[in-house]
Amino acid sequence: MASYSTSEFKGGLKIMQDGEPCTILENEMVKPGKGQAFNRVKIRKLISGKVVEKTFKSGDSVEAADVQEVELAYLYSDGEFWHFMNNESFEQLAADEAAVGDTVKWLVEQDVCTLTLWNGKPINVTPPNFVELEITETDPGLKGDTAGTGGKPATLVTGAVVRVPLFVQIGEVIKVDTRSGDYVSRVQK
Amino acid sequence: MPLAPFCYWTWQPFMTLWQPGISVQRLRDRAQLMREIRDFFAQREVMEVDTPLLATAGVTDPHLTNAETSIAGQRYFLQTSPEYAMKRLLAAGSGCIYQLGKAVRDDELGRYHNPEFCLLEWYRIGFDDTQLMQEVDAFLQVTLGCEAADYISYQALFLKYLNIDPLEAAGITQLKHWLSAQQLGDWVATETDTDTLLQLAMSHFIEPQMGQQRPVIVFNFPASQAALARIDVQDPRVARRFEVYFKGIELANGFYELSDSSVQAQRFAADNQMRSRQGKPQQPIDHHLLTALEAGLPDCAGVALGVDRLAMLRWGAEHIDQVLSFSARRV
Repeated sequence: MASYSTSEFKGGLKIMQDGEPCTILENEMVKPGKGQAFNRVKIRKLISGKVVEKTFKSGDSVEAADVQEVELAYLYSDGEFWHFMNNESFEQLAADEAAVGDTVKWLVEQDVCTLTLWNGKPINVTPPNFVELEITETDPGLKGDTAGTGGKPATLVTGAVVRVPLFVQIGEVIKVDTRSGDYVSRVQK
Repeated sequence: MPLAPFCYWTWQPFMTLWQPGISVQRLRDRAQLMREIRDFFAQREVMEVDTPLLATAGVTDPHLTNAETSIAGQRYFLQTSPEYAMKRLLAAGSGCIYQLGKAVRDDELGRYHNPEFCLLEWYRIGFDDTQLMQEVDAFLQVTLGCEAADYISYQALFLKYLNIDPLEAAGITQLKHWLSAQQLGDWVATETDTDTLLQLAMSHFIEPQMGQQRPVIVFNFPASQAALARIDVQDPRVARRFEVYFKGIELANGFYELSDSSVQAQRFAADNQMRSRQGKPQQPIDHHLLTALEAGLPDCAGVALGVDRLAMLRWGAEHIDQVLSFSARRV
């Protein structure tokens, strides 16, 4: 089994912890002049998404997690799985609901997403930073408008709800920042 | 993430790594700091010495690693502190001495660590640890302009912050349970080394809380962490060792020096046994030091203080790179 020594710790390193693959976010060495040194790390658990702090004795080894990230284009969903394809090799991969999670509301066909694979199996799907989606539902009028209301909610074709300016109408395509869920602009068709 | 094009603590592009991490203004103040240090000892008639960085023996402490080099086929250890050589001078009759120079420790790199660093070490003949603590206190008031230090024993410190007695077996059991509940890692529950548990508690839970307003001097460390300090005659559970902390930084470590050569030889041997258990290479023992102790080390106390960290505190610097001309990232 592959393992890493604490001296190899750095941001982005993938290790196993509590039976779950994790990525190291921060690594700080705590070293007294006399005595045992420690590595204090902040890690994100890649399946549950939880961020936790752990401490290792410097010099100890930790099991490595076989985790890689691949860029794949979203194809379609059959209701149970979401299918992605490598645009160069045309190899396909299916991600289940647990892996797709909340990302489902940002999936646009042909968009290239980042899939995190653990032992070859998708565990997480990250959408592109910006996606373009059509509005299927929003309050049409400007009636009752008062300054500073901060816009209105709009439902997109995927079911995502974002706040949009009052002038944006049903049927229009908008650009959304998937990291914040914020409206960016209208897209000219 | 792609390789950062910026140095992560200075936010300067790597292109500017030819430049020093320290500003020219601070460089001038660093020179001023060195003058203040030398004045401090000149006023007290403590003599400056300059001992070698290279020696044929290294440090046995299992938690320290010497950098090594070879000159004309001879293996040399770069000293992790000038302690052994300075003690040989003391045994030779030097009187009170100080040294302001470089020390090197392998595998140390971080916010408060540079592998090569400036260490101030001094020895006071006829002083015990209490007197030396007071002198360190005065030194910090001069060089940092800070308030007088607080003094607290290691035992009182643990009782104050964790309500645990670090010198009693029952206290250690309690500590282990408490530490296990903090979810730091599975290894804590099965850790058998008392000092590792104590050091974990100290570094994670006590140090961040203490010495924020003024320096704090912690004395009477457990005998198991004596290093090169003598064991207390009245209370053999503790060693006459002290540490100075200020604003989360461990600044200095001092001893009422062990002068018994046979006890020193036993500690070297115990260190090497610990090294073997940890799968680390044993270190050659410094026989010059042992012979010097046999010849007679005068009763004295000594302390080592990190000058780069002192500079960090003097200026409120965030990273050691900001107080050095060229830290390890720039050489």
